Amino acid sequence: METLIFMMYILILNILLKSLGLIVPLLVGVAYLTLLERKVMASMHQRRGPNVVGFFGMLQPFADGLKLFVKETILPSSANVLIFILAPIVTFLISLFVWAVIPFDYDSVFVDINVGVLYILAISSLGVYGIITSGWSSNSKWSFLGSLRSAAQMVSYEVSIGIIILCVLICSGSLNLSSIVESQRNVWFVFPLFPLFVMFFISGLAETNRAPFDLPEAEAELVSGYSTEYSAMGFALFFLGEYSNMILMSSAVTIYFLGGWLPPIGFSFFSFIPGFFWFGFKTTCILFLFVWVRAAFPRYRYDQLMRLGWKIFLPFSLGWLLFISGILLGFDWLI
Amino acid sequence: MENIFFLFFSSFSIVFSSIVILSKNPVHSILSLILVFFNASGLLILLGSEFLAMLFIIVYVGAVAVLFLFVIMMLNIKISGLTTSIYRYLPIFFVLGSIFVFEFLMLFYFDLVSLNLNNLDLFQTNFLNEWTSFLEPSNNIDVLGQLLYTYYSYLFLLSGVILLVSMIGAISLTLHRRNDTKRQLIYKQIKRDFSSSIIWKH
Repeated sequence: METLIFMMYILILNILLKSLGLIVPLLVGVAYLTLLERKVMASMHQRRGPNVVGFFGMLQPFADGLKLFVKETILPSSANVLIFILAPIVTFLISLFVWAVIPFDYDSVFVDINVGVLYILAISSLGVYGIITSGWSSNSKWSFLGSLRSAAQMVSYEVSIGIIILCVLICSGSLNLSSIVESQRNVWFVFPLFPLFVMFFISGLAETNRAPFDLPEAEAELVSGYSTEYSAMGFALFFLGEYSNMILMSSAVTIYFLGGWLPPIGFSFFSFIPGFFWFGFKTTCILFLFVWVRAAFPRYRYDQLMRLGWKIFLPFSLGWLLFISGILLGFDWLI
Repeated sequence: MENIFFLFFSSFSIVFSSIVILSKNPVHSILSLILVFFNASGLLILLGSEFLAMLFIIVYVGAVAVLFLFVIMMLNIKISGLTTSIYRYLPIFFVLGSIFVFEFLMLFYFDLVSLNLNNLDLFQTNFLNEWTSFLEPSNNIDVLGQLLYTYYSYLFLLSGVILLVSMIGAISLTLHRRNDTKRQLIYKQIKRDFSSSIIWKH
């Protein structure tokens, strides 16, 4: 009996340590992603960016975090307090949940379930709730309009993302993320499915509410969208959730199209570099693209955004789905 | 361990579904409805059908409840207390409750499952020496695909047609073009060229 309880403790400690080992590097990564964004945008604008706090401004994110931590939390008097407090917490938690199934290397994944793709879709579709409830509960017009815009946008781009993922699934023949990566050992899906890769990236921009689709927080019209009424830690949690979703979207692109942890094809001498390095490197490249797009493109208008999602991406990805399944069926290449 | 999880999920789903009914604020009702969906999908995972559980979350929580929440948030909510006594609804409750009880009894008493595994050559057993050896490694999705695309293909297509009809209905309800508004026609913009649109007047 005592050994059983001891085993239970060991099991719980194991899960706890594993999740800490996942969450802490993720939060540090988010912190440095903000620094990367500011630095990259600064060099694209030909200015210096943050360079005062720490060596090359390396401690800037922690200074920002500390500032947000010691600020006062303001609860609007007309807000629905319970939902107002819960909304950022839910957003942050959901952005952490998804990381449980992401494989960083061969066999280095928290849980390797065989519906991993569906799990990612399911949990990331919950991200709408944090935004929509925050907009409603703050009882302010800016927040409400921002949250409505954001929710409609996320729901519509989820459709095209789902169909693009279906194409990848047909090619790989599995819903398990590790076996999707393994099935790209001969060729990464980015080469045969290049248009889908581009569409997935653009839908990912829209899904994470990034520029040029950052209409929910269009500062000229809506102050700052759904996070208008939030201050201090509430705002910080939204911020962390949003950036963690960005990293997640980049990892999803890496897993579905860029071959996850696999080294570049044809360069077998690269295989002495460990897989997690390749995974991180590819993810960082995609993140750089996210920042680059933000610096380069003006914001879309809302009807243009909806037109792009429903009238261009949806029919095009449906057509690709038919095309790919036809080819795979015709040549008997289905796995 | 599984018993503990079962008790956890089922008791929470009962608690939250009663909050759905009893809460005076409709937004709170919807949010607790979402939690009910979550607990239900937890129960589905305990049953071993993880595919259905994930679909449950994607469809109900990710799509249906979002639309519910959308509509309810846009309404001008007046949180009114229950002015009339709830005992007014007692006869309706009795009718609905007795129907439910009757259905449950039917479910337990008769064998309503139409699927007869012996008649159906479900997993193409004649190709396999040992059908358990096929059953063992196949997961949820394989089995569902085998069933949906073979024995229930007509029903599957029919459900697609039903969805299509409802979609057409929803579109035709909202489709009316106003002529007095300016709208952007992308192909017209692209079609314009310099020589036809700029006229030199002197």
